[in-house]
Amino acid sequence: MTQQKRISLEKLTQNTTFLSAIALILSLLVSGVVMMIAGYSPIEGYSAMFTGAFGSVDNLAQTLGTATPLIFAGLAMAFAARGGMFNIGIEGQIIAGAFPAALVGAYLQGLPWFVHIPLCFLAGMIGGGLWAMLAGFLKNKLRVSEVILTIMLNYVAQYLAEYLANYQFKAEGMLVRTETIQPSAALPALIPYSRLTTGIFVALAFAVFVWWFLSRTTPGYQMRAIAQNPYAAEAGGVNIARMNLLTMFLSGALAGMGGAVEVMGVHGYFIVNMTSGYGFDGVAIAVMGNNTPLGTVISALIFGALRAGSTSMNRMTSIPGEFIQVLQALVILFVSTPGIVRAMLRKRNFKKNDQKKGA
Amino acid sequence: MGDVLSVVTSLIAGSIRVSIPIAFAALGGTLSERSGIINMGLEGTMLMGAFFGVVGAYYTQSAWLGLLVAMMAGALCGLLHAVLTIRFKCEHVLAGVGINVLASGLTVVLLQMIFNAKGKSCEVASFDMITLPVINQIPVLKDILGQVSPMLILLAIAMVGVWFLLYRTVFGLRARVIGENPEAAGSMGINVYRTQYICVILCGILAAMGGAYMSIGDIHMFSRDMVAGRGFIAMAVVIFGGWHPVGAWLGSLLFGLAQSLQYRLQSGSIPPQLVQMLPYIVTLVVLVFARGSKHRAPAAEGRHYYAKGEQ
Repeated sequence: MTQQKRISLEKLTQNTTFLSAIALILSLLVSGVVMMIAGYSPIEGYSAMFTGAFGSVDNLAQTLGTATPLIFAGLAMAFAARGGMFNIGIEGQIIAGAFPAALVGAYLQGLPWFVHIPLCFLAGMIGGGLWAMLAGFLKNKLRVSEVILTIMLNYVAQYLAEYLANYQFKAEGMLVRTETIQPSAALPALIPYSRLTTGIFVALAFAVFVWWFLSRTTPGYQMRAIAQNPYAAEAGGVNIARMNLLTMFLSGALAGMGGAVEVMGVHGYFIVNMTSGYGFDGVAIAVMGNNTPLGTVISALIFGALRAGSTSMNRMTSIPGEFIQVLQALVILFVSTPGIVRAMLRKRNFKKNDQKKGA
Repeated sequence: MGDVLSVVTSLIAGSIRVSIPIAFAALGGTLSERSGIINMGLEGTMLMGAFFGVVGAYYTQSAWLGLLVAMMAGALCGLLHAVLTIRFKCEHVLAGVGINVLASGLTVVLLQMIFNAKGKSCEVASFDMITLPVINQIPVLKDILGQVSPMLILLAIAMVGVWFLLYRTVFGLRARVIGENPEAAGSMGINVYRTQYICVILCGILAAMGGAYMSIGDIHMFSRDMVAGRGFIAMAVVIFGGWHPVGAWLGSLLFGLAQSLQYRLQSGSIPPQLVQMLPYIVTLVVLVFARGSKHRAPAAEGRHYYAKGEQ
């Protein structure tokens, strides 16, 4: 390999999109190997996954519908990260948004849809936002990492919602859930009986909003300044404590919107365990999207496909759907460790060089 | 009167029992954070320990060999975390999240493969309680510590061991210096990376022992996601234990108390969901009150250190 080519390869490994793509491919390869070791056929598994994600219009709708809350979860994580905060509490904030949205949707009656739907969104955003802001507030007060605070709040949100859905707000019947929302609060399905609703347009609109906020507004600029260098930002007159609260509120509001859209589009009520694993999916998605809104949307679509595909892999083959978690973990590890990819490419380069020399 | 006493002794005995897994993980976390590496992967490492403890006990019919297998799995988790954060400069929290998600998925996949079940393994060989000779004769104390799990004794040894390592050996002094200022340590000729590797791997072993206690020390089986946030609680315990092994153990006992109160309250009239919330609320409340303490995190915690010649 010539010197020039090597330099261009070096340059390529600085490109985050390229690194994310390589990391995804590596993760697919490695979890294929894990599948093989576990005694399953990776070809069978991946083809079942692919069919499940893209095989028909219904499957595609399933993929896009699954991606909808994931876009919100990813945006929530990415937004916080751009402001220098690790919001690992997205799961709890989704719940904190879904629950009030479900209540507003069920108990406010006689409203036209163009009032009712925004009100539910608002309830979701405030619920998720305040829940996240609580962690921001405690971080400012205690100087404890927000990581541990948001995780603890995840469990509190989960049990609190379970309690409320079991007692005060329990709907009649066997399921532990709240009353069904009014038709005026429901997001219409784009394809009948699928998870794909107009919620996906809302998600995309919020992605544009995040892009606009981060790149075109003063608070967005201040947020990014804190993430780059808090001392410099403070010296420049940014109130870090206040910005941390704002960052967490907006990040939580995004997560809460995810919960609201899931309630209003997919379930029609709040039900226990409806958000399982969305929070950590959000981490993986934001990391893979390099914390940019566009990247987040694209990776959320990929994760939507993986999730939808893994459900049908679980059904059509003997391979447990939990493989998706292995894959997801590998994505997090490979993407957040660009050094591994660089080291691998470099090694290949050296090998090729050696072979040339030998010949 | 005798009734109250028996309630109190059984509560204390319960607290000690429940605190064991958190204490192991918190000891590990203390060691790792003292050397500057945040280990978010405690949760996943405990889960791996719980699972591989059962796998080891299942194949060897011996709880002790099961524990050994769990410790090896823990060492591997620690090594993975160390390679990612030290060698490849991965964000510490992200590496931990990755390990947690990996453990959560991998254990279920392997559960399916080995035990052909989705939720639980079969029952396997487990640790029997042992009777402590002298303590068994002392009146009240014998109800609390007369019969204990051998892993409680291992925990006591581990606590003294970690304390001794950190405060009475050159290695520990170096680790603490690295946690405060790795550049200074490096310029003094200390091998920063080797010290950190050892601390993080030991942390993995300890966390896995905590996980193994939950499976082969307590309920004789593995059930999916059985660690249920104890690794994260252990991280909080490290904080309000003041990054000190004895503090870590005392903090864990507090959680043991919260949790065994939880078991007691569950039979009462309070809704179970509110009771289950208790340990997490206690964590937050204790963090609020620990704010006034003089302890602070190691200064270089979570930061990356570049040895000379690295970019």
